[in-house]
Amino acid sequence: MFKTRKVTFPHMGNYFYAFKPIISLLGDEIIMPPPITKRTIELGCKHSPESACIPFKYNLGNYIEALDLGANVLVQAGGGCRFGYYGEVQEEILKKLGYEFQFIKLSNDYFSAIMEILALKRTRPGLTYLKIIKSLILFYKRLRAIDKIEAIVRRNIGFEINEGEFKGIHKRFLLDLDKTISTKNVKEVEKEYKKRLEDVKIKKPENLIRVALIGELYVLMEPFSNFYIEKELAKKGIEVHRFVTVSSILHDSFSFKTYITKFLKQARPYLKYHIGAHGTESVGIAHKLIKQGFDGVIHIKPFGCMPEVNAMSALHKMSKDYKTPIIYFSFDSQTSETGIKTRIEAFYDMLQMKTNKK
Amino acid sequence: MERKKIKVGLPKALLYHKYGLFWETFFKELNCEVIISPETNQDILSKGVNLAVDESCLSLKIFLGHIDWLKDKVDYILVPHIISPHRKEQTCVKIMALYDIVKNTFDDINLLEYTLDADTFKFNFFAYMKLGFRVTKNPFLILRAYLRAKKTQNHHQEKLIKKQSEKIINNNNNDPTILIVSHPYTTYDGLLGKPISKFLEAEGVNLLYSDLVLYGDTKNLYKNISADLYWSYNKELLGAIEYYKDSIDGIIFLMTFPCGPDSLVINLCQSKLKIPMTLIILDELQGEAGLKTRIESFVDILKIKKKHV
Repeated sequence: MFKTRKVTFPHMGNYFYAFKPIISLLGDEIIMPPPITKRTIELGCKHSPESACIPFKYNLGNYIEALDLGANVLVQAGGGCRFGYYGEVQEEILKKLGYEFQFIKLSNDYFSAIMEILALKRTRPGLTYLKIIKSLILFYKRLRAIDKIEAIVRRNIGFEINEGEFKGIHKRFLLDLDKTISTKNVKEVEKEYKKRLEDVKIKKPENLIRVALIGELYVLMEPFSNFYIEKELAKKGIEVHRFVTVSSILHDSFSFKTYITKFLKQARPYLKYHIGAHGTESVGIAHKLIKQGFDGVIHIKPFGCMPEVNAMSALHKMSKDYKTPIIYFSFDSQTSETGIKTRIEAFYDMLQMKTNKK
Repeated sequence: MERKKIKVGLPKALLYHKYGLFWETFFKELNCEVIISPETNQDILSKGVNLAVDESCLSLKIFLGHIDWLKDKVDYILVPHIISPHRKEQTCVKIMALYDIVKNTFDDINLLEYTLDADTFKFNFFAYMKLGFRVTKNPFLILRAYLRAKKTQNHHQEKLIKKQSEKIINNNNNDPTILIVSHPYTTYDGLLGKPISKFLEAEGVNLLYSDLVLYGDTKNLYKNISADLYWSYNKELLGAIEYYKDSIDGIIFLMTFPCGPDSLVINLCQSKLKIPMTLIILDELQGEAGLKTRIESFVDILKIKKKHV
């Protein structure tokens, strides 16, 4: 269809680096959409249906910016709630805007998605099964590396003595990771940066406030969409724990739905049935952590996210029963950063008063 | 001495408008007393708004209002748990989570539920058999109740569909024909859809409803508009649009705010279909005058168009 296939994929946190090996299978050249800015979301909002959820708008903004850079093959994944239907609507909107492109929709369920990727061999000359499988493995390894390193950074970034050290290491890690071509490379990079992170001097206060961050995947993982809430919390000296990452989602998706049973067990007695997409997971994790003695829970979601709103009714009751504070944020294109900051501050003050009382 | 009858409450919201007659017949055949909540009114709505999480959709808020009305009057309330009525599709996640939302919102409430999930082979028949055992021990009674309920529901549905197809045939071609596309729980709600359809009929519009089609006739028609769709109830709506496409002049979409599936599906319809259409978003702060003006002008445009053709 096109002479050179320039492939692009919407941003989500730093995961673009992990998805790169797979994306490179689909075309000759990779176009990375420009980092998300105010312009991205404005473009996305302008052309989206108004009550679509915020990840839809961010993705659309990414696509438009990448198309302007010359991309002509767009890739969209699929998932639970509304996410599985994004592709078709976005394709229609972009077509109406007059762009010429090929839209690749990966299937809702991950097994068929892998089969689709394997089937690429037929359409693209020069690909071998070995190459495809190799890049799938590389993708997974890179993903694990990003998640492991980011978990360490997230937990410690608020307590560094020399400010900016973690951020610098993290940035260099991503650049190095981008250059890796084999699993062995990835392992080396991961090991090296783990050591570097351990060497950073940190100072943790005695009665540490631990907060769990739960909620919808996209706003959890894309820091621009949640106004860098993790950084904001870290600045206050709160230890942030987050359990939902792309690798955890992949792991869940390949466990034949047993993960739903697992999270339902954790969520008992607040849930009896699966409440859609990752709502069950949010309730399950929150219940587990509250029982472990976390000081507070922060629940974030895009405005109108269906599964997470379902989860909220269970979380309300849980908060009442265990007397653990839970704060709810919902993000839209109109959400103001100051409002969020003020609410986080108030939440932090309340947590501090509570721990001092003990 | 006769045993006291079990009182079962049916909230007149959400899926009642789809399966209501079935449930009513089923429980009456099982010797239960059936209490149905009244049509939605302002009182029920404001109760529901207070109870629900503020970001829930209007339909769910109304549903919780109905449960609140019923909860002290009955022994059990029926809250279905429906995941997928047919293979390879699913309902809106709100409907999947209804049981847990109600359980968490109200303390000490007795619910009757049945699970319908075609993907894991939990079909209608077994679901109702299991449900029946909650109120009686006689399997033959349940079987009879199930069959009679099914017959009544089908008979009723067929009658309505026949009436609607007569409407198309008897159309005198002067008045515009409009298809209302919305979920049954919006179309037939006393506060949301009914005033609108009454108003439209007073304007002299020949009105068709999107839920009055036979499942067998329309089950694959949605593919003409959207290939990837997986929400069962939206498939039915798109199927109805395709089915009636040639005999209508315009479409009115009714959407409760903020309905997840509808927000994307309606956008796709608007850009793909070449039929005049308008989208009306309903929320709890609805002003009647603004609504009527919009519908009136839409009908006027259709009337003018009809005259010129």
